[in-house]
Amino acid sequence: MTAARERRDPLARKKLRHVPSGLRSRAMHALSARAAQGRFALQACTECGTATHPPRNACPLCWGELAWTDQPSGAKVLCETTIRVSTDLYFREHMPWRMGKVLLDAGPVALVHLHAALHPDDRADVRMMIDRGGNAALFAVPAGDTDLMSDPQWREFIVPIEGRIVLVSDARNAVGRAMVKELHAKGAELVVAGLPGPALASDATDAVLTLDGVQAIALDVTDATSVAEAASRIGGPLDIVVNTARHVRAGGVSANPGFVEQRRAFEVSAMGLSRLASTFAPMLAGRPNGAFVDVLSSAALVGDAAQAGFAAAEAARHSLLQSLRHEMRGAGVRVMSVFTGPVDDADHQAVPPPKVAPARIAASVAEALLNGREQTCVGDVAQDTMERWLTDPALLAREKNL
Amino acid sequence: MTDARTLIADLASAIAGGGIEIVDLTNLLSPDFPVIVLPSEFGQCEPFRMETVSRYDGNGPAWYWNNISMNEHTGTHFDAPAHWITGKDVPNGTVDAVSPQDFFAPAVVVDISAEAAADEDFIVTRPFLEAWEQANGPIPPRHWVLLRSDWSKRVGTLSYLNLRDDGAHSPGPDADAMRFLVHERDCVGLGVETVGTDAGQASHFDEPLPAHSILHGNGRFGLQCLTGLDRLPTFGAMIVAMPLKIKGGSGSPLRVAAMIPA
Repeated sequence: MTAARERRDPLARKKLRHVPSGLRSRAMHALSARAAQGRFALQACTECGTATHPPRNACPLCWGELAWTDQPSGAKVLCETTIRVSTDLYFREHMPWRMGKVLLDAGPVALVHLHAALHPDDRADVRMMIDRGGNAALFAVPAGDTDLMSDPQWREFIVPIEGRIVLVSDARNAVGRAMVKELHAKGAELVVAGLPGPALASDATDAVLTLDGVQAIALDVTDATSVAEAASRIGGPLDIVVNTARHVRAGGVSANPGFVEQRRAFEVSAMGLSRLASTFAPMLAGRPNGAFVDVLSSAALVGDAAQAGFAAAEAARHSLLQSLRHEMRGAGVRVMSVFTGPVDDADHQAVPPPKVAPARIAASVAEALLNGREQTCVGDVAQDTMERWLTDPALLAREKNL
Repeated sequence: MTDARTLIADLASAIAGGGIEIVDLTNLLSPDFPVIVLPSEFGQCEPFRMETVSRYDGNGPAWYWNNISMNEHTGTHFDAPAHWITGKDVPNGTVDAVSPQDFFAPAVVVDISAEAAADEDFIVTRPFLEAWEQANGPIPPRHWVLLRSDWSKRVGTLSYLNLRDDGAHSPGPDADAMRFLVHERDCVGLGVETVGTDAGQASHFDEPLPAHSILHGNGRFGLQCLTGLDRLPTFGAMIVAMPLKIKGGSGSPLRVAAMIPA
C-alpha cells in the first residue's frame, strides 16, 4: 500500500533540528548512564546515607563518598514556572516550556520538566529520561495512569509510533515478523518490512506482510546495493528503523570455527548495521522524532565459547551502536539498544528455556520507543547478563566461559 | 587439411565482418541475482556482493573500482568435476586444471521449453532424448548438451528459483538420461538455464542429484544460469566458456558466449 505522505511547502527552507546542550559534569554523565538503563538512581552518601541531587563529587552534608543507589521515584510538586523566552536554539522551538521543583521521596529537591497536568502540591512520579541531546533529565508526570502523550513536552522525550513510518530491517525472522505486527498494531502509519532473499512465492499472500499499512520490500543488510535500493523505494520520510537482522549459528574459535558462518555473522550483525545506519541516518536525521533501534543479543556483552563467532559479531555490533549514538546525538536521533537472550525461535532449538518469545521482544521495542529508553534488556537471560556485567564484567567473562 | 593460420584468419574475419555472430549466454552478475538455496542444515552459497573502493572521489580521484565477493557457483557459472564427491579423484578435476581445450566445444541445443512450461518439474529422461534424436538427429560426441528451458526468462521473478514450502521446482534430467549423455553420447558437459544442472526436486530422486553426480564423476562439466539459448541453432553453435583459474577451485563464475552462423 502507499502511505499518505506528509504534505509541506516545497519551497520552504529545510528545517534544522536542534538538540539541548550536551555539556555536563562527569558526575552528571554518570547519572545519564544510569538514566539510559531506565534506572531511577541518585547518589547517596556512604557515610551519612543522605541522597543527593543534582550529581556532585562529595556529600554536601558530611563530605562523605557518594554511591549510586536506586531510589523511589515518587515526589510532591513544590512550585511551577512557564518559560516563554530562551536563547537556547532547541528550547526556542518548543516554547512555552513548563518546569517545576519537586520534593523527591528520596529526599532532595529537584528541578524537573513538568507534565502539563501537574500543579503545585500534586503527587508526581519522576521519570529519569534522556533528553534529545543524550543527557539525563528529570521529568515529573502525574502519579497513576495518565495519558502522557497528550503533552507535547513529554513527546520530546520519547519516540511516538502512531502515525510514523517505520522500517523493520529483517521481517523474515521470527523477531522481525513479530515486530511488524506489533508496530502495525501500535498505529504506525506504514511499516516497511524488509525481506532478505530468496523471495518466496508465499510472501505475496503472507498474513502479516499483506496487512493494510505494511509494505514488504526486498532488503538484505549484507548487500549495500540492496540497502540503497530499499532506501530509494521508501523515498519519503522515515521516522524509525528497527534492526532485527542477525545470523545465529553455533561454532567455536579453534574447534569447529565455521568460518563461513562466522563471516556471515559479522556481515549481518556488524557490517549490516553500518550499511543500514549509513544509508538511513540522513533520513532519520531530518525527522522530528527519529530513532534507530537495534535488537541485539546479550552475548554482545561477553564472549560465549559455544557460539564464539556470533557473540563476537554481536559485540562488534554493540560497539558500532555506541559510535552511532555519538554520531546521531547532534541530530537528536535516538539510538536504542534492546538486548535479548536466546529467542524462542528456529535459531535456538538447541537452547533450553528460559527463552524470550519474539512477541515479547517486539513489545519491549515498542515500550522502549514510547518511553524513550536508550537501553532495554528483555527476558531473564539478558537482564541477568547485564546485571552481572555491570557488577563484575571480569567475573562474568569467566563464568560464561568455564 | 586447411592450414591452421588460414583457419584462424578466416575465423577472425568471420567474427569481425559477419558470417559468425557472437551470442552472449551470460546473465548479469548482480547482488540480486539468485543463488541456489540448499536445505538449511548445509552451508549456503554466497551471492554476488560489490563494495566500491573509489569512484573518482577522495579514495581514488581519477579511478573507479570495486571489491567483489561471491561463491564459485554464483551467477552464470561453470562446475568443475571436483565440485562433486564423485569427481574428487578425477584427474585435473579442479577448475584451474581443466584443459583449456575444453573451453571451446560445439553444442547441441535440446529444446524442452514447451515441456517445462507445461510442467515445471519436467524430467528429461532417456526415452525423451531418444525420441528427440529420432526427430532431430543424433547428439554428436564431444558436444555441450544445452537444455533450453526458457527458464532464463523468469530471472527477476519469484518463479526463477521457484521456491515453495516443499523446495525448489525446476526442470532437469534423471540418472538414465545423464548416463546416456555421458557414456553413450560422450558429452563435454550439460548446460542449463536453471540455477543448477539438476532439477529443483532432484535431491528426492531415487538416484539423487544425478546430473552433478554422473557428470562430474566422469570428468564432465556443468554450465548453469545460462541465458539466450533460444537464439542458438539446434546444431552448429560453438561454445566459448572460460572459467577463472582459481587455484584448487570447484567452479567459477564466467562469461559464456556462443558462435553461431549469422
